[in-house]
Amino acid sequence: MSDRLSMRTPLGRAIGLGSAKEGVQHWWAQRLTAVALVPLLLWFVAALIAHLGADRATVLHWLGAPLPAIAMLLLLIAGLYHMALGIQAVIEDYIHTEWVKLAALVLDRFAAFALAIAGIFAVLRIALGG
Amino acid sequence: MTAQRPLSPHLSIYRPQLTSVLSITHRATGVVLSVGTVFLVWWLVAAASGERAFAVAQAFWASWPGLLLLFGWTFSLFFHLCNGIRHLVWDAGWGFELRQTYLSGWTVLGASGALTLVAWIAGIVAGAPR
Repeated sequence: MSDRLSMRTPLGRAIGLGSAKEGVQHWWAQRLTAVALVPLLLWFVAALIAHLGADRATVLHWLGAPLPAIAMLLLLIAGLYHMALGIQAVIEDYIHTEWVKLAALVLDRFAAFALAIAGIFAVLRIALGG
Repeated sequence: MTAQRPLSPHLSIYRPQLTSVLSITHRATGVVLSVGTVFLVWWLVAAASGERAFAVAQAFWASWPGLLLLFGWTFSLFFHLCNGIRHLVWDAGWGFELRQTYLSGWTVLGASGALTLVAWIAGIVAGAPR
């Protein structure tokens, strides 16, 4: 390495190359959303079964009520956050070409935000009327 | 990137075991569910948009490809949910003995299979065309 003759200290050269100190935050957010998703998903599956084959008026009536709308919003937020973190881990584990990895990570975040906004907007439009 | 040094044996050298198979299945079902989330948002946006868009979405879910996807997502959801709880238990520091890992692994498989069946039986009973 040409750094041999550099005036920089070993610490100065190492800083920024290792962990970005965000691992714990990622880990914790993944668990937090996981715990939140347990009851939300059980509600979601039961609610979907109860509304199988329902017409639009019935679905709008159901999602228009406060509690189902709130539960669906929570499910979207926790689920898409959980998804973004999980896909990020998959990308980081399997993609080793730097620019492809970066592009995939950006796409992961963009997709999560776009889906979240679209889903939240749809629920709010149904619940608040539009 | 081929390392110019001896490497320890990797995945391909091992006979598949319950532990490793469930581990990669957790990841695979997570990716499958991410795709499912896109369809959930599509369904919500369709419901918010109008009768035509909603009718297209409902017709898709009632078709064979739609039903097949729903079945795959039902199992993926219950597996990821059950195995996710197994992971949370590990995070709490419990269940690392080999015997316990296998026991929890088979329990997760059985529970996710049973929950998938229960959900579909309930769905068929509740969702029969009215």
